[in-house]
Amino acid sequence: MTDDRLIIAGREFKSRLWVGTGKYKDFAETKKAIELSGADVVTVAVRRVNITDRSKENLLDYIDPKKYTILPNTAGCYTVEDAVRYSRLARAAGVSDLVKLEVLGDERTLFPDTAGLIEAAKILIKEGFIVLPYTNDDPIVAQKLVDVGCPAVMPLAAPIGSGLGIRNPYNLKIIMEMIKVPIIVDAGVGTASDAAFAMELGADAVLMNTAIAGAQDPLAMAEAMKYAVHAGRLAYKAGRIPRKLYATASSPIEGML
Amino acid sequence: MQNAVKIHVNGEERAWRSGTTVADLLTELDIKTERVAVELNLEILDRAAFGQRQIKDGDRVEIMSFIGGGSF
Repeated sequence: MTDDRLIIAGREFKSRLWVGTGKYKDFAETKKAIELSGADVVTVAVRRVNITDRSKENLLDYIDPKKYTILPNTAGCYTVEDAVRYSRLARAAGVSDLVKLEVLGDERTLFPDTAGLIEAAKILIKEGFIVLPYTNDDPIVAQKLVDVGCPAVMPLAAPIGSGLGIRNPYNLKIIMEMIKVPIIVDAGVGTASDAAFAMELGADAVLMNTAIAGAQDPLAMAEAMKYAVHAGRLAYKAGRIPRKLYATASSPIEGML
Repeated sequence: MQNAVKIHVNGEERAWRSGTTVADLLTELDIKTERVAVELNLEILDRAAFGQRQIKDGDRVEIMSFIGGGSF
């Protein structure tokens, strides 16, 4: 599948698995897990620098921005104002114009506030950002995000960190059929089969963090996810057989006694 | 003679000297300028301005960087 490249806003991505960098034991484990996953896009959060303990290492000392596409997010932002402020800070910190836009609506579910999301996307796109929005599995909202200029849409599979897997494959499928930009299934994946399923549905990529970082053996899970995403993509391209209620023999009748 | 001023850096009150710049503050805090963003009284500064922008009494400075994170 060497010609099967993912292109978003003119940028080419080698990997269809994107990973977050939170919740790992330490930076060494983060780095190793990312390497094993084969991901070339990694998400990071924007936070205050620890000014009292300067001995703390920097994540980007481990994750080389020349080797990976660093995708800053607006994780933890519940208002349009905050999401816009964090996006601007991320850009000022100097990685790129890319932002994974989150405007959250509720602390318990971490579901997106889709009205706020569209509003924030509009503001940021006007300022030249490449906005990749974390959104609900709602095809209409996904289309509105494309209409305001998002070059890809990132619908959730299930609540962030829940590990529930693909909760609404039919909505995701509708999004994939209706929306003419790349669809990255983001959040909710629990294990490798979930990632494969998302790709079989026709997702262009899958983004995950907790499923790898929270596994008992994050490094083994990182590798499992690499194969799952690859297998799912291949299966999607191959075209699965239709589901039928009754059996169809796979050996010929001819030649039987 | 530099006068003592009080500023807030990342939410913490600190004694500081007037007549110094954002770049001076970053140097004092041992923070490398690459990969940080600085917000001075809610205005995000260009990195090129760090050496020019003076810090005054009562200023609120936010120094932000990237940390590990997926979604929130």
